[in-house]
Amino acid sequence: MKTDISRRALLKGGLAVGAGLSIGFPVARTARRVASAQTPGVFAPNQWLRIDRDGVVTIVNSVPEMGQGSLTTTSMIIADELDAVLDNVRVEQAPANPALYKNPVTGNQAYGGSRGVRDHFDMWRKAAAGAREMLAQAAANEWGVPVESVETEAGAALHRPTGRRLLYGQLVDRAQQLPVPQNPKLKTPDKFRYIGKVVHRRDTPEKITGRGVYGMDVQVPGMLVASIERCPVFGGTVQSLDATAAKAVPGIKHVVQVSNGVAVVASSFWSALQGRRALKVTWDEGAMAALTSAQISKQYETMSKQPGQVARNEGNAEQALGAGGKVVEAVYQVPFLEHACMEPMNATAHVMPNSVTLWVPTQNPGGHQALAAKIAGVPVERVEVVTTLLGGGFGRRGEPDFVTDAVETSKAVGAPVKVIWTREDDIQHGFYRPATYNVFRAALDANGQPVAWWNRIVGPGILIQKGRAPKGTIDPAAVEGARNHPYDIPNIRVEWVEKDFGVPIGFWRSVGSSQNAFITESFVDELAHAAGKDPYEYRRALLGKAPRHLAVLDAAAKGAGWGTPLPAGRARGIAVAFSYGSYAAHVAEVSVAPDGGVRVHRIVCAIDCGIAVNPDQVRSQMEGGAIYALTAALYGKITLDKGRVQQSNFHDYPMLRIGEAPTVETIIVDSGQAPGGLGEPGVPPVAPAVTNAIFVLTGKRIRTLPIDKDLLKR
Amino acid sequence: MITFTINGRRRQVDVPPEMPLLWVIRETLGLTGTKYGCGMALCGVCTVHLDGAPVRTCVTPVSAVAGKKVTTIEGLSDKGDHPVQRAWTEVDVPQCGFCQPGQIMSAAALLATKPSPTDADIDDAMSGNICRCGTYQRIRAAIHRAAALKRGGA
Repeated sequence: MKTDISRRALLKGGLAVGAGLSIGFPVARTARRVASAQTPGVFAPNQWLRIDRDGVVTIVNSVPEMGQGSLTTTSMIIADELDAVLDNVRVEQAPANPALYKNPVTGNQAYGGSRGVRDHFDMWRKAAAGAREMLAQAAANEWGVPVESVETEAGAALHRPTGRRLLYGQLVDRAQQLPVPQNPKLKTPDKFRYIGKVVHRRDTPEKITGRGVYGMDVQVPGMLVASIERCPVFGGTVQSLDATAAKAVPGIKHVVQVSNGVAVVASSFWSALQGRRALKVTWDEGAMAALTSAQISKQYETMSKQPGQVARNEGNAEQALGAGGKVVEAVYQVPFLEHACMEPMNATAHVMPNSVTLWVPTQNPGGHQALAAKIAGVPVERVEVVTTLLGGGFGRRGEPDFVTDAVETSKAVGAPVKVIWTREDDIQHGFYRPATYNVFRAALDANGQPVAWWNRIVGPGILIQKGRAPKGTIDPAAVEGARNHPYDIPNIRVEWVEKDFGVPIGFWRSVGSSQNAFITESFVDELAHAAGKDPYEYRRALLGKAPRHLAVLDAAAKGAGWGTPLPAGRARGIAVAFSYGSYAAHVAEVSVAPDGGVRVHRIVCAIDCGIAVNPDQVRSQMEGGAIYALTAALYGKITLDKGRVQQSNFHDYPMLRIGEAPTVETIIVDSGQAPGGLGEPGVPPVAPAVTNAIFVLTGKRIRTLPIDKDLLKR
Repeated sequence: MITFTINGRRRQVDVPPEMPLLWVIRETLGLTGTKYGCGMALCGVCTVHLDGAPVRTCVTPVSAVAGKKVTTIEGLSDKGDHPVQRAWTEVDVPQCGFCQPGQIMSAAALLATKPSPTDADIDDAMSGNICRCGTYQRIRAAIHRAAALKRGGA
């Protein structure tokens, strides 16, 4: 890291964060200190941390806080390697500035794929270790002793032989003059003081008092509030607009056409909604106006009979299927799903003649900065992005639409504008987890062992639809979790048939693994039962080349008491999956009521995420991932009729509630490996663990999600 | 003009009587701790206390609170130290946190009437509050903890 460049850029970034001060964004409250980075008295060796003469350490967190605890985890990692005292650490959210704050692995300032810790861990540690070495050197110089004899602990440098001690704040001016070490020495894990220990979340106080500012809470002087009427059919456009009645509604200031529909701009959201209801819009519904879910399924089925692109091919599965063993076949289907972040989409933009300020709950600060620059016609560095707290992300908040809404509307009316989506907008205009259709065939030998595994997946490709992967190639998001299943089978063939109806699709918590773990872990369970074997033991025998899968599978089975008696009417199901850098196995304890209602009583989850930075937050993510997955398995379904999403709010797109929630017990399997992800890996095995238990209870194999309770009625 | 008491202060607002209390609280009075989530009383993120009882402000017309006492998350305690808030901190309940003001207001109302709630009481009182991050088991644990804190006077 080059200190001079970093300092200049830091100042720029600091000013961007400073824009947050006018709205009292609490995380940025300390950002005033950034501006002093150029002045004496602040030690700022890189863009990630600085220390002032009072010894206050300020850490800049680039990963948006969407519930995963990044404000806490980032602070822990940096404070640990810096030998700082966490209580003296302040954390602020980074501005959009990809040159400084990009993810070093992806090269973008965008956050998904459970990449917060795993992609930044080494870089943050190096940044902090370098700063620590500079502080130690500053103390050594002050005392005239070799740096090797200087230790650091708890925000101070000390020289044990003489008992001398200087606080970091006292070393700031000297440290500032020193060169930044290029290859600082990192701690060995046995020296970690915070990493691996349970640390309370630092954002809890603002989240339990209502002080935390989410995107929806942003207040800017002179701000107007807008609601946007959108064509109910994807891709439709305005044919004619009569805004006369809308403009007569009290509080309505403007009605303007924007890319995503008609923006009704008012003094308050309530007024904007009244105005929106008074709009008279005729839509050109476009090419998708007749699309139905039934049509999609039917077309998928037809296409499943055609060969696909080969995503994995080992041995000769087709030949092995015809070799005379027992053949098992099944078709699995999953629906479109909407993210349903608790905070509906929103953004606030102020487009000025030569600059833009954007306050937004975003998973994609860098991308949204570039998008706003393009729309407003200003250079990208003239767009300040203030990342607020996110009321959920789950992959939805990296998409462009809500930012486009705010920037276009502000530009059109010449004032700061907050665009708030209704829940109905949110559910009906999402970027959905793709619906897919999946065919399996397997051949078992005389012992019931699989000798062939054949899987053809039909569905759209998220990366291809977004132009991030070329058409005609295999979309990695479509086959993840299916092509890389861990089972040691001599003949494996996985194919993918691309079929995209144009329904907007996106990254839904655990992406392709969300459905592909369900289909794969259900089908291997089918094979176990076809072979007359215990599903846990059957998997074990096939995991000889997958030790980390095996370790979590064993841990979950042991923790759940696999094979031990259960209360009458209950059964267990098991599943295991790798996703986003981590290995997870789940055992679900399930009962089915006479009306077919499924009740999940207990889930035991074993997770190997490598180094668990904050173990209690590992548990939180497993608890949350289980509920997210279970909601989808029991209820989640977005369907289309006449090109329109048929669901609109929580009455017809229900969420799991407290009385339906199982207890989730998390076992952290310590592999000592580099950190893996956590936001996503707790999702994939849950649905198959539940449906595998349902099979044990009822003899009915759930091959279509969500679970149809009518099938389970007795 | 509609007059009511909010967090101990009498306020007069000049808004249409049918305007939901939620938007009066958030936009007219600038108290943004109370959230919007569904507009149909389906998710509970907009929960406040009306004369001590939990109500969903997204479907409560402001005219219905004339002369009454409203308490929002900002007014639940002076220093964020209501037993429910203390328990929420101990248990590290929030993830994204967006639903938590509503959860906390529902939980506080429950404990005001049932100092030692059973799990079934918790299910009843809290089933109107969705948490998309899935913090339910921590919410349950924290309510039991808050009950103990209240009883123990600790």
